[in-house]
Amino acid sequence: MSSTLYTSFTPEKPPLLDAVQKVTLALGSLGLLLMLISWAGVSLPSKALMFYTSMGLIFFGVIVYSWRTYMIQPAGIKNNGNFFSSISHRGVLAWISAILITGFYVVLYLKAEYLGLGDTENSGLVAFFDPLSQLMHSKKASQWFVYGVLYTLAIVAFGIKFIFKYRHNRYEIIRTISVMFFQLFFAFLIPEILEMLHPETATNYFGKDMKNMWPLDYDFFDSWHIQNLSKGGLMGSFFLILGLLMIFVISPILTYKFGKRWYCSFVCGCGGLAETAGDPFRHLSDKSMKAWKVERWMIHTVLLFSFVMTIAIIYGYLGNEPDRYLLSRSTFTWLALIGLIGLSAVYFILQTKNVEDGSKNSKYIISGVVVLAALILLFNYLAGSGNAYFLQNYGFRQAYGLWVGAVFSGIIGVGFYPIMGSRVWCRFGCPMAALLGIQQKLLSKFRITTNGSQCISCGNCSTYCEMGIDVRAYAQKGQNIVRASCVGCGVCSAVCPRGVLKLENGSSDIFSKTAEQKAIHITEDQVRMLS
Amino acid sequence: MHVYIIGNGISGVTAARFLRKNSDCEITILSSETDHFYSRTALMYIYMGHMGFEQTKPYEDYFWKKNRINLINTHVNKIDFDTKILKTSSKGDLSYDKLVLALGSSSNKFGWPGQDLKGVGGLYAIQDLERIEEYSKGLNRAVIVGGGLIGIEMAEMFHSRHIPVTFLVREKNYWDIVLPAEESAMVNREIRRNGIDLQLETELVEIVDDGDGQCCAVKTSKDDTIECGFVGLTAGVHPNVKFLNESALEIDRGIKVNRYLETNIDDVYAVGDCAEQREPAVGRRPIEALWYTGKMMGETVAYNILDQKIAYDPGIWFNSAKFIDIEYQVYGEVSGRPPDHHDSIYWEHEDGNKSIRLVYNKNTEKIVGLNLMGVRFRHEVCEKWLAEETDLHTVVQQLNLADFDPEFYKSYIADVQALYTSSTGKPIEKPVKKTLKRVLAFLGK
Repeated sequence: MSSTLYTSFTPEKPPLLDAVQKVTLALGSLGLLLMLISWAGVSLPSKALMFYTSMGLIFFGVIVYSWRTYMIQPAGIKNNGNFFSSISHRGVLAWISAILITGFYVVLYLKAEYLGLGDTENSGLVAFFDPLSQLMHSKKASQWFVYGVLYTLAIVAFGIKFIFKYRHNRYEIIRTISVMFFQLFFAFLIPEILEMLHPETATNYFGKDMKNMWPLDYDFFDSWHIQNLSKGGLMGSFFLILGLLMIFVISPILTYKFGKRWYCSFVCGCGGLAETAGDPFRHLSDKSMKAWKVERWMIHTVLLFSFVMTIAIIYGYLGNEPDRYLLSRSTFTWLALIGLIGLSAVYFILQTKNVEDGSKNSKYIISGVVVLAALILLFNYLAGSGNAYFLQNYGFRQAYGLWVGAVFSGIIGVGFYPIMGSRVWCRFGCPMAALLGIQQKLLSKFRITTNGSQCISCGNCSTYCEMGIDVRAYAQKGQNIVRASCVGCGVCSAVCPRGVLKLENGSSDIFSKTAEQKAIHITEDQVRMLS
Repeated sequence: MHVYIIGNGISGVTAARFLRKNSDCEITILSSETDHFYSRTALMYIYMGHMGFEQTKPYEDYFWKKNRINLINTHVNKIDFDTKILKTSSKGDLSYDKLVLALGSSSNKFGWPGQDLKGVGGLYAIQDLERIEEYSKGLNRAVIVGGGLIGIEMAEMFHSRHIPVTFLVREKNYWDIVLPAEESAMVNREIRRNGIDLQLETELVEIVDDGDGQCCAVKTSKDDTIECGFVGLTAGVHPNVKFLNESALEIDRGIKVNRYLETNIDDVYAVGDCAEQREPAVGRRPIEALWYTGKMMGETVAYNILDQKIAYDPGIWFNSAKFIDIEYQVYGEVSGRPPDHHDSIYWEHEDGNKSIRLVYNKNTEKIVGLNLMGVRFRHEVCEKWLAEETDLHTVVQQLNLADFDPEFYKSYIADVQALYTSSTGKPIEKPVKKTLKRVLAFLGK
């Protein structure tokens, strides 16, 4: 009587591609092929024409293919066959893609010369992008320009695909238009245009993603960056002040009102890529309790690392070049001390104030470690050490840049999409997500409300949570979902077949929003009265 | 005390969970369906490739050991109530102190010729799904018999694999005993929009044998013969009580239970699909094979086993489903055959796949039910209106509080309010605005 087959369902035939899909797939592949041929060193006639043809073919290939996939069906949830398909369920295609993307990232971050980056003249893939780079700022392309163009192309093309797929859901449409907009303008076009207008200074502070903020933008407080901003005239001062305002004022207010989704699902480029190109892989995130434990340790360690690293480099350059900065090392040290201890005190109080918390020890551990970080800084300062944390100040920055900035966020973060799901970086590594997450859990109006007793425990919500949250565990108890990692993508609510989940904001129950609500009708009072 | 629970579905598992929550007794769940509890409601999603079997398990496998709930995969062939012994297929005799029967149900067969042929079956257990999977290979067409919730799920399943489907419905319109006429017509349209061959007022006459004991076609009451390699029987379910028929247990269609879910035999309880209430709550059927009621019975029985007596109270009726792409929710009394003293305010979106219906008592003007298609309402708010027998006018005025659609969705509440005013002549003054703060205040939280 026992069942053996159910663990290995595979369909008898994969859904077939129609003629339009085959043609668009071929055209898109041709676009990709042009790019690869040029990387291989084959010299193509009319560089500019080839480049625009390649980009155009990829873009229209993706759009027409997905138009054909989704728009010929009635609007609704379209997850048919996700667990059968090779690319979306860790089949051969998924492994091949993971290896290729990971390889691309390794080369991009560590060996850009293999892409064709040259000192005086580019070759290969980087040279392939020269025509657009010349057009935008009259100079040859860099590996980061290549990356920026491909990244933006992916978000816009797959963003349009995502909108086709979720065209019945206005939350998903608006959110996706928002990430496409921020990527296209704030991370790509505006910085490139500003660089074209101010070629001599702008690269130092515009040549990057404008919507990135510290601690995701980990070199914001680097000495070269701060100096360039302060020397950058009106525009530089504007970005310096905006950057500081974002960190200390705008972000806390927005996170209080809407949860961290205002950034992670509406603005952020990492989130943008995960939500668009990464959408076919969202169900691959690990939902186990074990994964959640690893996540909490890992992401908070990165957060601590980013704090220590930032303090160390500021401490370092304030001490080495005291005349160049308004702030002195001693003022900075005392500010950092007050900041760290204040933060851990606020954290401790809020954590105590919130009604429900799974891990009772976490507040002691987290507050303790932060206070310890403050005390070590104090010790080194009082001992007159040039290093804030015993080791070389800038060493922290280098290690962080390599291991967190390149390896974690890029190589693992995107390369492992087809194996571990689309939000590996956001879930396990992003210090920004960690910081906003702590606030989201403790001091934010945001929650996902469970609709009374309507949950049927089917598991669609948990399955399609890219952050690996076991949404069902809360929904079936009738409890609101308040999790630090939730990026508010809204997909749990979209895929729920019973209308059980709603993302919403409210202040009146801000410290009791996780209180367990009974999904079943018996109250403890009823039982006591009768017994 | 050792409590044995037969059946690891939602009712049995909920009973075990609440027993553990409130006591230290030994708990063992027996099942011959699966090793672990999974969500039966998600079977269709496994077939459609939205999830794997693993994803349908509401608890990770470590949960059972951690909560000291023993799980045994075996089949109970016979129960000796006098000696309190369960005779199992692979674990010998097991002796219980208290017994919970959470046996579930099976698909109905109404004596159709050919109903036991190969390639004919319902959809209730994982084994049913395996049968469907087996017959899906190279399937030319599936015919589904029975116009209820499982029928449309099965139609959607085959449709998702591009297998042609014919859906035979005895009634004039899909599920029109439960759904009011407009909603029923809306589902008809949804089924046909997806290219499913919906045949209304058509009954199954015979399932044709291909000579090898395998079904090859069905004959319908419209004198049609439809070739098909699979026939899905979805005309309701009946309790799995056949093996107990010769015992001292009192059984009618299901196992008879009182309000405390006790059977006629001491220390034996029945919950979920297999339980038949001796005194059902007003307006409720004696057997309700539903996820939600199973869950409530599971909790109730746990208290009763622990001698904290509490009567089973299913509360105010609610249910939900999804008809392909149209979500459905219902609260309170809504019927396809409403009594004379009921009337309703019915709003339907111009696209024809969203609607809101407020059913009220004509004599008292109190709200009695809400029916939603393609629109989500907040359970607790609806429940409160119904429990407090709120005036229709007040409900319409407060209607925004119930809106549970995702953010940025267009709200249709103002349209419903305008329709109410135009059909009753009563203007809505100061309609309550939609904020979570107001909702929580309304609910007293």
